[in-house]
Amino acid sequence: MQDPKIEYRPLTPEEEARRRKRSVAIALALGAMVLLFFVLTIAKLGPQVLSRPL
Amino acid sequence: MSMTSLTNAIPAEPAPLAPAVGGDVPDYFALLKPRVMALVIFTALVGMVVSHGHVSPVIATISLLMIAVGAGASGCLNMWWDADIDAVMTRTAKRPIPDGRIRPDEALAFGLVLSVGSVLILGLAANWLAAGLLAFTIVFYAVIYSMWLKRATAQNIVIGGAAGALPPVIGQAVVSGSVGIESLVLFAIIFIWTPPHFWALALVKAGEYAKAGIPMMPNVAGPTSTRRQIVYYTLLLAPLGLAPVALGFGGLIYAVVGVLGGLGMLAFSVQVLRNREGEAEKRAAMGMFAFSILYLFLLFAALLAEQGLGLFRPLVA
Repeated sequence: MQDPKIEYRPLTPEEEARRRKRSVAIALALGAMVLLFFVLTIAKLGPQVLSRPL
Repeated sequence: MSMTSLTNAIPAEPAPLAPAVGGDVPDYFALLKPRVMALVIFTALVGMVVSHGHVSPVIATISLLMIAVGAGASGCLNMWWDADIDAVMTRTAKRPIPDGRIRPDEALAFGLVLSVGSVLILGLAANWLAAGLLAFTIVFYAVIYSMWLKRATAQNIVIGGAAGALPPVIGQAVVSGSVGIESLVLFAIIFIWTPPHFWALALVKAGEYAKAGIPMMPNVAGPTSTRRQIVYYTLLLAPLGLAPVALGFGGLIYAVVGVLGGLGMLAFSVQVLRNREGEAEKRAAMGMFAFSILYLFLLFAALLAEQGLGLFRPLVA
């Protein structure tokens, strides 16, 4: 929530582009973390973890 | 005001020196001190290859990555804390925080998240001894060294050097689940190497450190005493560098590198002691600083080649 006492200005195109790049970097980092946990699970528990009875 | 315009608006008058929007992606990467991270990966890898035990390449890679991220996080916390003194030194004034590209609170949050994340993932991937050692390294560098020792005593980099010396110990803990003599010797080599390495630079940058109010050895004890101490530490370092040979995990290649490198370090330290004025003083100190980096790199590269590539030829039974 923005403070009503502070006057706000819109972001410049350059600032918006920077924010977009940061968002992409965060998304990539989160994706890499998901992949890391997946690989880690397979490495620790072995490939059998994928073929368990349902 | 619509929702879109709200999320695309910032305070019209941001606080002085604090950007209203965050920095660029490379600025955040710069906060992690990438060159230090590369050195940490290298020394931790050597700690792994000299260890007894087995760990899968996947676990080893993830562990190395987490050790590097943890080291980067401690560098980030260091930059957050030291932003005021970084701003007055020309060598560091262009870092993201003093240059106004990233806000201090952003850097603090970034450093804390990476610290906690790297320690937890290392614990899950390898073991909790390695994770505990990584946590200790981060706290030691960010709190004991940065917040306390750096501005309090001329022995700052002597004691603080322990943080930079720990990665091989963490590497061994990842592989063997314990800490052995091999990694402790590597710890000792980096620990004793740190003072002559940094003091050589501090001799040249004494004015900068004085401007920032940091009590480096040349500013407190004077350049003459610092030069003598550089020689004393190098006299300790040269034989200590050969300890891996005596203990049997450094072979022929390592012995040759250790002897020649140790003699080189001694020669450079004597040059630093002799050349006390003008351009010759600066040349000798920077020569010592540059050669010390090469020396440590070659020592660890020799161990990596011998233990990792099977080039080990024992000199001691």
